[in-house]
Amino acid sequence: MYRSHVLVCGGTGCSSSGSAKIRTEMENEIKKQGLENEVKVVQTGCFGLCALGPIMIVYPEGCFYSRVTVEDVPEIVSEHLLKGRVVTRLLYKETVTENGVKSLNETNFYKKQHRIALRNCGVINPENIEEYIARDGYAALGKALTEMTPEGVIDVILKSGLRGRGGAGFPTGRKWALARTIVPDADQKYVCCNADEGDPGAFMDRSVLEGDPHAVLEAMAIAGYAIGASQGYIYVRAEYPIAVKRLRIAINQAREYGLLGKNIFDSGFDFDIDVRLGAGAFVCGEETALMTSIEGHRGEPRPRPPFPAEKGLFGKPSILNNVETYANVPQIILNGAEWFSAMGTEKSKGTKVFALGGKITNTGLVEVPMGTTLREIIEDIGGGIPNGKKFKAAQTGGPSGGCIPAQHLDTPIDYDNLIAIGSMMGSGGLIVMDEDNCMVDIAKFFLEFTVDESCGKCTPCRIGNKRLLELLNKITDGNGTLEDIDKMEELCHYIKNNSLCGLGQTAPNPVLSTLRYFRDEYVAHIVDKTCPAHVCKKLVRYEITDECRGCTKCARNCPVGAITGKVKEKHVIDQSKCIKCGACMDNCNFKAIIKK
Amino acid sequence: MKSLEELRAIKEKMKASVNDRNENSDKIKVVIGMATCGIAAGARPVMQAFLDEIAKRGLDNVTVSQTGCIGMCKLEPLVDVFLPGEEKVTYIKMTPEKAVRVVNDHIVNKNIVSEYTIGSAE
Repeated sequence: MYRSHVLVCGGTGCSSSGSAKIRTEMENEIKKQGLENEVKVVQTGCFGLCALGPIMIVYPEGCFYSRVTVEDVPEIVSEHLLKGRVVTRLLYKETVTENGVKSLNETNFYKKQHRIALRNCGVINPENIEEYIARDGYAALGKALTEMTPEGVIDVILKSGLRGRGGAGFPTGRKWALARTIVPDADQKYVCCNADEGDPGAFMDRSVLEGDPHAVLEAMAIAGYAIGASQGYIYVRAEYPIAVKRLRIAINQAREYGLLGKNIFDSGFDFDIDVRLGAGAFVCGEETALMTSIEGHRGEPRPRPPFPAEKGLFGKPSILNNVETYANVPQIILNGAEWFSAMGTEKSKGTKVFALGGKITNTGLVEVPMGTTLREIIEDIGGGIPNGKKFKAAQTGGPSGGCIPAQHLDTPIDYDNLIAIGSMMGSGGLIVMDEDNCMVDIAKFFLEFTVDESCGKCTPCRIGNKRLLELLNKITDGNGTLEDIDKMEELCHYIKNNSLCGLGQTAPNPVLSTLRYFRDEYVAHIVDKTCPAHVCKKLVRYEITDECRGCTKCARNCPVGAITGKVKEKHVIDQSKCIKCGACMDNCNFKAIIKK
Repeated sequence: MKSLEELRAIKEKMKASVNDRNENSDKIKVVIGMATCGIAAGARPVMQAFLDEIAKRGLDNVTVSQTGCIGMCKLEPLVDVFLPGEEKVTYIKMTPEKAVRVVNDHIVNKNIVSEYTIGSAE
């Protein structure tokens, strides 16, 4: 028995800030002090509070240490683990109160969260199947195989109201029911997992795979039983090396324990899973393109119908669900459909994971019940916007979604409400923007992304989006006309209506939603030839104010020699030479240079 | 994996270890004084004895942690036992043998071992 467990986050966020080194140092230091039989060091998945990484939690006290460095480790071991004195200076400051240390679950970041998909992330060692089993792992698969019929499983998922967490929100149970029945005499069916997470700013699928890979394997086996498939594929980005490694470890362990393979739980049910790596094409997150890619072809979408439930992978009936969707399934089987459907809103049940990014204090991963408002997520859980700036918009749904302005902050978030206000759930990336963000520039950023990632198979997407981007560039360069706005809107609707797959059908959304809520910014670019947020380079002027003391620092730092002036006299910027790099402003000690 | 029993067996085996990873207030807490004075007086073997005995009996509702010096260095090794909803009991001059008895009598059978407590010393 270990008296103390030291949990060190091994997610991508904390790994990139050196958590692996910290863990090794911890183990060495513990050995040095002779505590190796009393204290166990566990590598876990993501805790969610990535902004404060590397993160370490010490139980039984539940001390949450943030921004730990290798140099801090000897102190933690000799003070906390050896002598029982908490190292207060490293504690997450929200947990420190006048009356001592507050429980992590009472901090604003965790208090409003409800963790189902992330329930094991940051709790278990993802590379140890027995720790997963200790947290009821594989009990749902056991229950399904020994006590339930395939139809019964589908019925529970259907009644739970679970909808696809990848973005479109299709009812999972309906997908499974179709795949079970649509081709009655199919000799082979497939269960696929979409782990080709590509939305800029979204990383919940990666965190689930890194922190709780067995939950996905278990859910896929349950899905296999439900639809009558014996083979599963996980399509995961090669850019997620930690997730891929842990998935492979998990698959091997599950095979070793007989939880994948032949005759699982002596029920006669066979199921196995293989991993397929994606090479990073955004379009491969689209279901037909993903399946084409697994087959070994170039990842391009194909027209639907036929839908994959009828003719999917290798021409066989197949289902494809997102990682987060699967992570919910074992809990639904164990706790029942009513338990799950009690959470959320009328048409969106359960919880949703959001990846908070952009101008927000607590960058990280949160899981909240559906129906939580954007304000609660951003202000209470996310800790608000840093540096006292004002909220301008939140972008959800990645390149397929839209921008939500301040007037909709109190809208309860679910699939249907987001669509009604011109955005979409998407995979759950939530990028917060403040007054320093230019909305035309944001639309341009996302459109550049989709233009780059368009596979080129269909014309509306390949050429239409390119033309749309050219119009946006024209506006941010200060050459736009008001007719361009009408042209853009027309083009947007044309692209949406005529593209082959989801990528093209949703690519104009960032443009449409910014036009809907921030048309004044477009007009400012066109009519006044200014960028209100001072972002678009061609419309920005750098000027030196009377605050200038003539220190010459700006002139010395200007890469093109555009600044002239005598020592101790006000300097001047030659606008015809200025390349708007901002080096002068960054270097000025007197705040004498402003952007206009 | 051929049966649910096998799965349950693994769960039982691992449960205690993973369950320690939450802040559960209805657990029995054993807190051992482990400052320099405590360690010098032999707190480490006492802690080991607690851990061994708790593991041997498969008690999954007990946490063992340590604390610093509380000032009565001459009575070390000191051990506090907290049963949920009850006053804390402080044992003094602990040894591994006494630790085993505290686990048996106090933690399992809820009978305070009065002769080891701080009250008996006064």
